[in-house]
Amino acid sequence: MQNFSITSVFLSLLVFTSVSIFAASGEGQVDTQSKINDFIDHHLQDSYDYTFFSDGETNKHYGFSLPIILIDNGLKVFSSSRFDHGTAVVEESGKYYKVYNSKIYETNAAGDINLGETGYPTNDRPLDFSITKNVATMFFVGILLILAFGGLARQYKKRSVPIGFGRVLEPLVLYVRDEIAIPNIGEAKYKKYMSYLLTVFFFIWLINVLGMTPLGVNVTGNIAVTACLALFTYFITQFSANKDYWKHIFWMPGVPIVMKIILIPIEILGTLTKPFALMIRLFANITAGHVIVMGLVSLIFIGKNAAFDTPLSVFLTLFLFVIEILVTFLQAYIFTMLSALFIGLAVEEHTHKEVEAETNEII
Amino acid sequence: MEIPALVGTGLIVIGAGYGLGKIGSSAMEAIARQPEASGNIQTAMIIIAALLEGLSFAALIL
Repeated sequence: MQNFSITSVFLSLLVFTSVSIFAASGEGQVDTQSKINDFIDHHLQDSYDYTFFSDGETNKHYGFSLPIILIDNGLKVFSSSRFDHGTAVVEESGKYYKVYNSKIYETNAAGDINLGETGYPTNDRPLDFSITKNVATMFFVGILLILAFGGLARQYKKRSVPIGFGRVLEPLVLYVRDEIAIPNIGEAKYKKYMSYLLTVFFFIWLINVLGMTPLGVNVTGNIAVTACLALFTYFITQFSANKDYWKHIFWMPGVPIVMKIILIPIEILGTLTKPFALMIRLFANITAGHVIVMGLVSLIFIGKNAAFDTPLSVFLTLFLFVIEILVTFLQAYIFTMLSALFIGLAVEEHTHKEVEAETNEII
Repeated sequence: MEIPALVGTGLIVIGAGYGLGKIGSSAMEAIARQPEASGNIQTAMIIIAALLEGLSFAALIL
């Protein structure tokens, strides 16, 4: 019950947010369809300021700006409010910058973006280390995790049973240890990887849950973020791999030599496809979820009969939101689980007697 | 999106749906046969479902 009421609060907030954004589209007969597309596209992309909601009529944005850090003939730091939500050209020590499609480009004084034949801007881009919306959210989640789990860790110095919020966290930590780490990596070696698995699990979960709030963040729906997480798993797997693992990649026993030569590139490719699948899975799940939720919310603005469309849209969105809350947990679980599985495959020790015994058993 | 891409998307969804149905049905049968092993079966089922999902998502995006 509790869950449902929270969801409906989120939902109604989301609906109100969207109402304020589309407020202008009713009277002026603006193309609602393309406006909705723009809105969803904009949500899926990273942005340089943290806008909670905007007023379409007065063109006011409510939120706060974030620092922009560029490296382009020296370090340049300024506030993103100077871009005025992508409409203004910023002059910074002799160079002009403009935001186009949520990316910063170098322009002339008038702020012209030259679109090439493919429709993409051909302007130069400065090296961009800005604290964007996604980065700010990740910092926020990181600080939250350090506070929550640092507090939990400190409690164990005084008592063996945690009090307060630690009681919520302890079962989750134990769950990751007993259901994910030990079965996949093994009793002997799991401890070394627990810190990574716990971090990844809670980081992804918390970010996914934040994505379901009307804060409007979409961090794990950004392929660069998931690529980075997948790379962590990839490097941890490769660096902790033992000699059996490499032997089974480069010179697998019990296979004819001709086959070995054919199999080596396949096996090397196999090590890369695992993190690639991790990356795509998380990115696509979260992006798809966000697009569907926003699409259902915008049913209200597409349909002709508001009295019929609004309840339909609210019902469908509520339904999807409940599923999405499950997905937030499931994706964190699956990412952690598969990371543990890949690490487990790399550190597994098996002697050939064991393999023979197993084969005999099967026969 | 053009028509071939749409047909391809449909084919991917059909394939993924068939695969997920198969995983689900065999997991259900396995749990019915050995209810005490349901935890292990569930874990294995989720892993395979996740792998399948990753593949179909990759196909959908590409």
